[in-house]
Amino acid sequence: MEKEKALQMYYEMVLIRRVEERGAELYQAGKIGGFMHLYIGQEAVSTGLIAAREPRDRVITAYRDHGVALNCGISANEVMAELLGKVTGTSKGKGGSMHMADTEKNMWGGHAIVGGHLPIASGLALGDQYAGNDNVTICMFGDGATNIGYFHEALNLSKTWGLRVLWVCENNQYGMGTAVERASAVDEIRQKAEGYGMKNAQVDGMDVAKVYAAAQEAMQFVRENAQPYLLEVNTYRFRGHSMGDPERYRKQEEVKKWQENDPIGIFRAQLLRESLATEAELDALDARAESETQKSVEFAEASPEPGMDELFKDIYAA
Amino acid sequence: MARITMREAISQALMEEMDRDPAVFILGEEVGVWGGTYAVTKGFYDKYGAERVKDTPIAENAILGAAIGAAMVGQRPIAELMTINFAFSAMDYIVNQAPKLRYMFGGQFSVPMVIRAVGGGGRQLGATHSQTPDSVFAHFPGLVVVSPGTPADAKGLLKSAIRSNDPVLFIEHATMYQVRGEVPEGEYLVPLGKSTVQRPGKDVTIVTYCKGLELSLKAADDLAKQGIEAEIVDLRTLRPLDMEPVLESFRKTNRAVVVEEGWKSYGVGAEVVSRMYEEAFDYADAPIVRVAQKEVPLPYNRTLEQAALPQIPDIVAAVKEVMK
Repeated sequence: MEKEKALQMYYEMVLIRRVEERGAELYQAGKIGGFMHLYIGQEAVSTGLIAAREPRDRVITAYRDHGVALNCGISANEVMAELLGKVTGTSKGKGGSMHMADTEKNMWGGHAIVGGHLPIASGLALGDQYAGNDNVTICMFGDGATNIGYFHEALNLSKTWGLRVLWVCENNQYGMGTAVERASAVDEIRQKAEGYGMKNAQVDGMDVAKVYAAAQEAMQFVRENAQPYLLEVNTYRFRGHSMGDPERYRKQEEVKKWQENDPIGIFRAQLLRESLATEAELDALDARAESETQKSVEFAEASPEPGMDELFKDIYAA
Repeated sequence: MARITMREAISQALMEEMDRDPAVFILGEEVGVWGGTYAVTKGFYDKYGAERVKDTPIAENAILGAAIGAAMVGQRPIAELMTINFAFSAMDYIVNQAPKLRYMFGGQFSVPMVIRAVGGGGRQLGATHSQTPDSVFAHFPGLVVVSPGTPADAKGLLKSAIRSNDPVLFIEHATMYQVRGEVPEGEYLVPLGKSTVQRPGKDVTIVTYCKGLELSLKAADDLAKQGIEAEIVDLRTLRPLDMEPVLESFRKTNRAVVVEEGWKSYGVGAEVVSRMYEEAFDYADAPIVRVAQKEVPLPYNRTLEQAALPQIPDIVAAVKEVMK
């Protein structure tokens, strides 16, 4: 991995962590409403994946989307402003935590109906196929989404029509509070791709370098073969499913065990070990992420609420 | 002007728009090789090929999800649902995704797609294949719901729907494909969201659309023989709903009947009558009467099915009731 790329990935992971930690505080302070699902613990997944895309490749994900938005190049300012429901947010404050997007960054949204965005991802890829280009659509979803009909209809269509979709299951071990083995007929989600004759693989999602390498290989396969691919990324969310999660379904020892494998810590040690970065360089990136986050909070707090004219705007095309 | 069937009018609109704009393509169950379950896309597969006339698996979520996604990135898909009854299998896309994407993402997304769906009873298909659930879909802001009652409107509205940058649910009626009417050749557009007077009259207003229009026109002929001149206002688009021609007619006649094929409860008539009372209560010389489907799942047996569906004599009787 090139040094510049590695440092950028490290920075993005730390930025996601800091932005979400501040988001959680603001949520507790009552400044953020609705649901908020934190990505903390899973940062290596979207960071490694999105590092492997070209700008023309599309990204679409589920409601745990703050990290994906940041990785796609949406600014911390816009992410924070959306969390606070401000007009300067990614969706003018009308989408909230679960609905961040930026078409110019090729980020096609966080989508909050479990599995609902998978057929839409097929459609993004269909649009590209119809246009005759070889863009890839990266579609991320949780393990829970693989038990619903949408998943199966979308996978089947993508294989039947040769759509360039990289299906990425972020297996964080729980669909809300229900463990994978209590909800899925197979423990390894990647096995579900077998039923559709679809190439698939599994990767350790706590190691961003491994995710990046697996994503590069998968992207290349999808682009060159005009075939979909399912990548199962094993990961773990350190926080609850959403902010109001009592976490009765998992033991603290289990959470602790995974937290010892913090993806940021793993990558930091790796960068030092491989002499890709010095402590001072990484500390500087930590400080930059901290200051970027602080600025984003100030930006969001100072931003105006959407005006009443926004209430009736964008229901239909003008 | 040629006198053609509803089927030909719809087919013409599709073909003209596909010829005009390469971004327009069709996808759905049996739209290609088979030629369309109701033969609307007969010959399309040979003319445009598999790329533009896409046969899909029997998977409504995949069909509509794919259409939405392709529309978001700039194509203009026309997704065909074999019947509107199958819309329930993919309800999320029709009411929860397509109409919300523009608004929820602050105006970033556009979903220029048409969902063509065949609805209506009267073909002895049993309860799950015979519904007229139009009002369900018209409930949701962000969706445009169109249901034409004449071949000319079918052509003009469908062409406008395909060019619209909003998701449009275009509801056809299974028993009306052979209805004939004058249809302008070539470029002919009817604006979405505009009701119109289909038959002028001075004594009573009949508000209706789609199959109800066919029945109401015949009822109006009967009534004319009895000296009653009914004015028929055709809604054509259920959302956004254009009440102006309805109110204008009602302010003139002071008596009204609303005819729809769907169930009366929470139906199109419920909405239209409420708005008439809200906007023009003082003009009413008699309580407005609704003609609608009996509140039963449609039975297979022909006699029972016809007894449940609104009929011409029901409209005539309703008009006489408001004329008392």
